[in-house]
Amino acid sequence: MDPLVTFCLRMGDTTLILGQQTAAWCGHAPVLEEDIAFANMGLDLIGQTQLWYEIAAEAEGKGRTPDDLAFFRTERQFLNAQLVERPNVDFAHALMRQYLFDAWHLPMQEALCESGHEAIRDLAQKSVKEVRYHIDRSRDLIVRLGDGSEESRAKMQGALDALWPYADDLMATDEVEETLAAQGVLPGLDRVRAAFEAETAATMSRATLEIPGNGHARIGGRTGIHTETMGYILAEMQSIPRSFPDARW
Amino acid sequence: MRPDPDTVRGWLGEVPDPEIPAISVVDLGIVRDIGWEEDTLVVDVTPTYAGCPATLVIALDIETALRDRGIDKVEVRRRMSPPWSTDWISDEGRQKLLDYGIAPPQLNAANCAGMLSAQSAACPLCGSENTEAIAVRGSTPCKAQFRCRDCREPFDYFKAI
Repeated sequence: MDPLVTFCLRMGDTTLILGQQTAAWCGHAPVLEEDIAFANMGLDLIGQTQLWYEIAAEAEGKGRTPDDLAFFRTERQFLNAQLVERPNVDFAHALMRQYLFDAWHLPMQEALCESGHEAIRDLAQKSVKEVRYHIDRSRDLIVRLGDGSEESRAKMQGALDALWPYADDLMATDEVEETLAAQGVLPGLDRVRAAFEAETAATMSRATLEIPGNGHARIGGRTGIHTETMGYILAEMQSIPRSFPDARW
Repeated sequence: MRPDPDTVRGWLGEVPDPEIPAISVVDLGIVRDIGWEEDTLVVDVTPTYAGCPATLVIALDIETALRDRGIDKVEVRRRMSPPWSTDWISDEGRQKLLDYGIAPPQLNAANCAGMLSAQSAACPLCGSENTEAIAVRGSTPCKAQFRCRDCREPFDYFKAI
């Protein structure tokens, strides 16, 4: 596959699966404000997905639409980072997953604002404004709940212990990113990891949470290797278009 | 009949934003260009938020409004760059937001966008500047929730972006 298509799917699949997971909080979050916040962030992420899929579909040149890419690919064809497919479990897990994602997503979008690829640069300059609000919220809540009550701190530490091993998958690179970096499509990737590490270290320290010492472990999502939860997410997300493939609103 | 772009802009000034009907799509600053390409009237529109559900409705509303004016061929095009900023909301639009009960966004968005803590809003009901943010998100992606410490009323604030 064209490295550009692969990269756009890696980005778009990651925002789509997180958007889907985030949207599931609608009607279930512990307080109304956070319910609305999760639903609205899901919208932002799914909107960004649409832009990534448009670039992928055009580069691919097979006439597929963003909906085709979202609803008619199988688990092995999805290239999202494993972190975003981790289950919602509880509010602590959902929030920690969101924060770790945001801590990578913001520097990534900032780097892409300098991309030599026009459509990617336009996408990034638009998305980066939204992503700044995302991390503004998730960082604030991580600190408040981490440095909160005994119970909230225990829940946030548990979520961090469970999710930290998956964070590296967001930053995993291979010849796809290397090729695009050489072409100027992906500038400043080395700064993304440094920014992620600085951001998470500072925030976890303020939140009185300890980053697990055993480091990152799981990678493979960006080559189509997923965890057990992924099939369930796709089954739910894709069931209607697959049952009624020609249905129109 | 080929009305000039200013006339068309005047018509679009009557097309309300679907989620905040107090202001028009022109007040919102999302209509970037209007022009004729042969017999087709082309309207360039910049989306507000990438996932804003109003985007599709806005395109449809613009097409419908222009068809009602007797223009057969209308094309609404999405223009991504430069990205929309709340600084583009017209003065009239800001006043309409305020009258509707929504505090307008802080100006010079580039200096404060993404950080609600760097933004402040006067209460649209009593005018007090003694207000506080309650949540980064409100009833739509573009708004945050505030509360007035003087009159105690909650209100929407249109976030700077």
